Amino acid sequence: MPPTLRPHFSAQGLRHGARAALTAFPGFIMFALAFGTAAAQKGLSLGETLGLSAFVYAGASQMVGLEIWQQVWTPTTILTIMTVTAVVNARMIMLGATLQPWLKHEPLPRTALNLFLLTEAGWLIGTRYHNEGGRDVGMLLGCALILWLVWLAATFAGFFAGALVPEPKRFGLDLVMPIFFGVMLVPLWKGAKPALPWIVAGLVSLIVHALVPGYLFIIAGALAGVIAGMLIE
Amino acid sequence: MSTFGTIIASPWGSVIAIAAMTLVTFLCRIAGVVVMSRVRITPRIERGLRALPGSIILATILPVVIDNGWPAMIALAAAITVMALTRIDIVGLLAGLGTLAVIRALG
Repeated sequence: MPPTLRPHFSAQGLRHGARAALTAFPGFIMFALAFGTAAAQKGLSLGETLGLSAFVYAGASQMVGLEIWQQVWTPTTILTIMTVTAVVNARMIMLGATLQPWLKHEPLPRTALNLFLLTEAGWLIGTRYHNEGGRDVGMLLGCALILWLVWLAATFAGFFAGALVPEPKRFGLDLVMPIFFGVMLVPLWKGAKPALPWIVAGLVSLIVHALVPGYLFIIAGALAGVIAGMLIE
Repeated sequence: MSTFGTIIASPWGSVIAIAAMTLVTFLCRIAGVVVMSRVRITPRIERGLRALPGSIILATILPVVIDNGWPAMIALAAAITVMALTRIDIVGLLAGLGTLAVIRALG
């Protein structure tokens, strides 16, 4: 690695990240619209709905959270929603692990903000940039900030106008997230051998998905891929 | 009931629920960085982490795409092909969504 590839942070990077975030907009908008609509139907207030999107900011866990949302909370139901959220979001531990070498010289508050805004989509866009030699942490943060704003705006729109959105299935928008993920797979391709762990990950996730309900298949498959990567010389 | 139980049962309960969800999610977000800053990254660990992005993508999308049948598989193949040819992510995404919309409109 040439010495010019040292991690740094610039305003130019922020702008670059904001532009690179564009690909993730369709997925974010569809998911947040769906969440805002579901939250309104479930009877959550606007404040609660925006609070979940602004602070929890993790789509799958927000949706699952709605399933166990309570009108009147008890310590037990709080503990339940905490545990379920942790299980659904545990996969983020791995995203953070791959970012550590890039972020290790960053000031702590900025890293805390960057990680608070961490999402799979932003991480994939950042990973692509990093693989292509980019080391500007501003790129990661610029992308994350824009995605967070889009998420909030679409949650707001979904809360009030979700019913007005035309049938998303007609435009293939129900599968926008998987297709976005598939597109982001292409720049990661470095030949067949480095992709062997991906096959392991895919097979394990299929098996777990067939046997266990919920979102466990994601983390099980990803872990299997990491272990396969460690074992294949 | 304790004071804590009374507060939880009040409208503040929702605020506490959101705060609890925020806390555990933030812990998940930072845990990877915290752990890796204390672990010496051996070549073996590096290989494992390098395999992660592709692994997490396949683990996430494969069950979803297979559940949605062959239109989803063709749409995904179209998206990947166009992305491989153009290297422009938004173009690949639109090709995939467009293919899916056309297949569904015909079917």
